[in-house]
Amino acid sequence: MSNKEWPLWEVFIRSKAGLDHKHVGSLHAADAAMALENARDLYTRRQEGVSIWVVESNNIHASDPSDADELFEPSKDKIYRHPTFYDLPIELKHM
Amino acid sequence: MTNESLFHYTLHLADTALVMGHRLSEWIGHAPQLEIEMALANQGLDFIGQARSLYQYAAEVEGKARTEDDLAYLRDVWDFKNTLLTELPNGDFGATIARNLYYSLFMEAFFQQLQKSTDSQLAAIAEKSVKEMTYHARYSSEWTIRLGDGTEESRIRMQKGIEDMWPFTGEMFVPAAYEQALIQAGVAVDVAALHAAWKQRVQEVLDEATLEMPADCWMQEGGKTGRHSEHLGFLLAEMQFLQRAYPGATW
Repeated sequence: MSNKEWPLWEVFIRSKAGLDHKHVGSLHAADAAMALENARDLYTRRQEGVSIWVVESNNIHASDPSDADELFEPSKDKIYRHPTFYDLPIELKHM
Repeated sequence: MTNESLFHYTLHLADTALVMGHRLSEWIGHAPQLEIEMALANQGLDFIGQARSLYQYAAEVEGKARTEDDLAYLRDVWDFKNTLLTELPNGDFGATIARNLYYSLFMEAFFQQLQKSTDSQLAAIAEKSVKEMTYHARYSSEWTIRLGDGTEESRIRMQKGIEDMWPFTGEMFVPAAYEQALIQAGVAVDVAALHAAWKQRVQEVLDEATLEMPADCWMQEGGKTGRHSEHLGFLLAEMQFLQRAYPGATW
């Protein structure tokens, strides 16, 4: 085995049927099959999930934190985008 | 079939699982990667879990008020009935993977059969354990292929592991006297009948790994009846130390 580090992978777990896969962490693996097995051992040993996705980390493109102002500031004063101006029926408890 | 055979047979299965689990636990802190360490520890825990269920049942069959802990911690080398394959030192990662490959391919088929045992307790333990062994078989097959068909160095070491562990595989397929009686009663698995299919599966994995199947050779045996290599004594000395030094210690 060479001393080169294995690539990093991001792990997403679906905790139960019907829910979304959520990012739970990362790990090292040489290939996708190994990444899935490692994810199974690292992130599902306490019954956390029913499905695993792994994505090589360098395939994830992230927004630049220094762009936060232009990306996210403008939405701050647009409270009308939240559906809070409606009278909700009393039966709807979790909006 | 007697209760005594059932006790010895259940102990043989329990000891084999416990020793296997202990060997895998020895990788903690030493595995080539953190991820591998977790995987081996998890598999070790699967074995400890199997061992616990089996020891509990053995204690019940024996009916002398011994507990699972008594059976695991207070018996000596000649009382242990684990197969020799499981007590061999881990060697390098390739050797450990070779042992896991031989063992998990065997145990997957074994538990599939044991599910049909006329003993409902053994059948229930088998049903739970077979899924674990399916995963272990997959894990060790993939690593065998990866290392065998990997670099020059990994290929050499994987082939060596496959060769070194080979003479200890035969024992898995030779029933001990206590086992023979139970096979006829439909309690124990007819291990000899699993040999051809097991060899075929090993061959398939080795082919894909571009490794050589070891040649037929004389096979070591004795573990099932308490004749062990020198390695088991050291393993037990470490595993049983606490209960020997501080009898009855709990936490």
